[in-house]
Amino acid sequence: MIIADQLPVLPIITPLALAPFTLLMPNGRAAHLWAMAVTGLSFLFCAMLLAQVAEVGVISYQLGDWAPPLGIEYRVDLANALVMLLISGVAALVAPFSYESIRTEIDDRQLPMFYTAFQICMLGLLGVVVTGDAFNVFVFLEISSLSTYALVALGGRLDRRALTASYNYLVMGTLGATFFVIGLGLIYQATGTLNMADIRAQLEGSPSNSMVEASFAFIVVGMGLKAAAFPMHLWMPNAYTYAPSAVSAFIAAASTKAAVYVLIRFTFTVFGTDFEFIQAMMTYILTTVALAGMFFGSLVAVFQSSVKRMLAYSSVGQIGYMLLGLSFGTEAGVQASLIHLFNHGLMKAALFMSVACVMLRLGVHDCAGFHGLTKRMPFTAAAFIFAGLSLIGVPLTVGFVSKWYLLQAAFEVGRAWAGFLIVASSLIAVVYVGRVVELILLRAPPEEGPLSADVNGEPVREAPLSMLIPMWLLVAANVYFGLRTDVTAGLAGRAASALVGGGQ
Amino acid sequence: MDPFQFIVERYNYWIFIVLMMIGLYTVIARGNLVKKIIGLNIFQTSVFIYYISIGKIAGGTAPIYLPGDMYRRMDHGEGHGGDGHGGDDHGGDGHGAEEVHGVEHGEEKSHGDAEALHAGDANASNALYAGGGEEAGHAPAADLHGGAANVASGEADHGGATQGGDAHGADAYGAAADFVEPIYSNPLPHVLILTAIVVGIATTAVGLALAVRIREAYGTIEEDELEDADNIAEFGVADPRERADAQSAPAGGGQAPQVSGTRGRGAKLAGDRLGERLGRGAGSENGGGAA
Amino acid sequence: MRDEHLILRVMMKVLFAPIILFAFYVQFHGDYGPGGGFQAGVIFAVAFILHGLIYGVGATRRALPQGALTAMMAVGVFLYAGTGAVTMLLGRNLLAYDALVPNSTHHAGQHYGILVVEFGVGMAVAATMLTIFYHFAGREPEIRDEDW
Repeated sequence: MIIADQLPVLPIITPLALAPFTLLMPNGRAAHLWAMAVTGLSFLFCAMLLAQVAEVGVISYQLGDWAPPLGIEYRVDLANALVMLLISGVAALVAPFSYESIRTEIDDRQLPMFYTAFQICMLGLLGVVVTGDAFNVFVFLEISSLSTYALVALGGRLDRRALTASYNYLVMGTLGATFFVIGLGLIYQATGTLNMADIRAQLEGSPSNSMVEASFAFIVVGMGLKAAAFPMHLWMPNAYTYAPSAVSAFIAAASTKAAVYVLIRFTFTVFGTDFEFIQAMMTYILTTVALAGMFFGSLVAVFQSSVKRMLAYSSVGQIGYMLLGLSFGTEAGVQASLIHLFNHGLMKAALFMSVACVMLRLGVHDCAGFHGLTKRMPFTAAAFIFAGLSLIGVPLTVGFVSKWYLLQAAFEVGRAWAGFLIVASSLIAVVYVGRVVELILLRAPPEEGPLSADVNGEPVREAPLSMLIPMWLLVAANVYFGLRTDVTAGLAGRAASALVGGGQ
Repeated sequence: MDPFQFIVERYNYWIFIVLMMIGLYTVIARGNLVKKIIGLNIFQTSVFIYYISIGKIAGGTAPIYLPGDMYRRMDHGEGHGGDGHGGDDHGGDGHGAEEVHGVEHGEEKSHGDAEALHAGDANASNALYAGGGEEAGHAPAADLHGGAANVASGEADHGGATQGGDAHGADAYGAAADFVEPIYSNPLPHVLILTAIVVGIATTAVGLALAVRIREAYGTIEEDELEDADNIAEFGVADPRERADAQSAPAGGGQAPQVSGTRGRGAKLAGDRLGERLGRGAGSENGGGAA
Repeated sequence: MRDEHLILRVMMKVLFAPIILFAFYVQFHGDYGPGGGFQAGVIFAVAFILHGLIYGVGATRRALPQGALTAMMAVGVFLYAGTGAVTMLLGRNLLAYDALVPNSTHHAGQHYGILVVEFGVGMAVAATMLTIFYHFAGREPEIRDEDW
């Protein structure tokens, strides 16, 4: 076997073949080590895949040697490879991070199951991104969603609201997936094929008809539900808030991103922007939804008392940025979208990880737990502040890079007002992040009451190294990619030109 | 256009839409968690029916390979069922698309569009398939061309199933002149829907499992009662609009009224550690038994 | 329990073996005709669910313990993914079953490949169905019978 030939499928098949054995592990520690190995391997393969794609261009992989469009094809270009790197990278960091945190939040006997579901979730998300077959997207999407429901529900031991949150997520997520399937049915009926490239070839140059339009509408709504785009975000704040902390870190960084990626892929690669209705939809609907989401998410985030919930609402706003970039319909816009997709994954994972550290020691994810954190858990506090600055978009962090490209894209299409709205909503981010940072820096740690000591009644210590190292790696990535802008921006730029222009 | 005809000709779509709306309505309007899952099932089923109806070809049988056909092929050394299946898949595929379009659009203008789309599809796919097949070394090219001829003749002669079958049977198999190729419905939607059904079962199982756990944790599966229970745990009153004084200190712990006993026996299964740490809610019986 | 439901218990004994046999028929018929791992797995599980309904879940659990089911699930999925991986190790693409029996004139590899994969699917599905049944049926009944 030559690894280079099999790279597109290796990140998928490795966890698929190995994850089931996690179930058989005798204890949580073994399952944890196994999960670390599997996610690490997947990450390695994704990194190699990205390097290969950057070098040789689009890779097409035929499953079972059945040629597309009949067979299922994995088609990897820079856009997929970048998103896959993000998903597997976050998974590879959350896996070592999770053990100390998850052990206190769920039953020990459930640990092997937790790690199984975690790997399956990553596998599903990677599959969504890698595949070039439209129906395959649905299958992988449901694989990842089903495991996410289970992961969220595991939070039910600490707070029973996790159960209802997971249930609502299940109902909304299934509705979204079914809408997506209806869309696929319509497009299949119109073109007679399910291969993405082939659908495009069939649609190319033909006038639009109502079937194609309806199909696109269903797909946008379905993926909007999965991505928690603004008016369809209702499942998301509760799911992120009550899920176990490590799970929040992973799904916040990875799962909605896959849905946004699918939206980008279908808009530009499958349907193509030549259609009038797609342009109209992007101009009138997506732009509105994106802008409304940016402000709604950020404004609601300001008033949350739980930091996790605040970050969840902030995610609603950040999805708005990604959709805004997409709605410009230009190369620069898609580039900004992809950059923000990647960067937002990095910062949200770091932020949720720092909340997980606080949760581990103090047992709460409320603002109250963050009082005077610098004096009690300095490294956690610093990580939160750095990642928070990145979320705001302060220069030298990745947040700045994404906002910068987004602004450029806005001005390029002559929508200066959109640029001003981006800045304005970023100012709201200053408020909600600043609010917590103020508590961290300026308040004194509580002297008495339940929060003056950690969950075991002992003085509050810093989080263990197994949690600090992955968290700081992410923070370092936030700064590194903020300084080396050419890496992400260059890759995203090439990916965007391939997506929008059709060139490779 | 005759409205009656409009409805009758598209009856499969009407069934799909009505079922879908019933399902959606149930999901949205019902407060009972199990009923919501049932609604979700109806909604999904409507989509299954839709998919299967678009794969139906007039005069076609179920897409199950007939044994006689199969053995004949094996005699000719042309590979096993899977290969022929592949070819037929596509035959049915293109077929299905056109067939439904014909019915759907009728004399409308978009007929032409659909036709164009479809024709392109059939050609391109066949070309691709043949190429791929050769490359992968799956089967003799003649076999594949048999499949292609199948599509072509099926399109040219829509009604005459037997006749068309004869024609391409002869094309493909030469010697076996008496061989009649049956027309199959498009199997691809069936396969897709099998997958979707499995996904649906998994979703239902997870949803019902969650409903069971919710019942254990809250003692109810009615949505508004769940909401009340959460509000009582957090603010001390069922309706958050009434929480005038509890609201004034959103993050301040220790002030919220103690409402022990209101959470019912479910509370013992999901003691709210956050609530405890902040002095909110009751849940003094510690949770830990939630396995 | 011993003496009650005599008819049910006898019928159960009569039906159990044919159901299992039918499951295997569907399982191994599935590469050519209608059938396959999923259906077979469900039918297989049905036999045990019937057993559980009549003799109680406890008895079924003793016959087929949860630990075995978990192993079956894992091994089933591994068979499925592993078959694909084997073709990769043999130098072909994932799921290119022809690699299993190279130089076959009638694609015997496809046969063996799908047979093993379907067997894995059947195992995993049967185990999963039974696990779901155990967990639903085996939960502590919160509503006691007297409360009805």
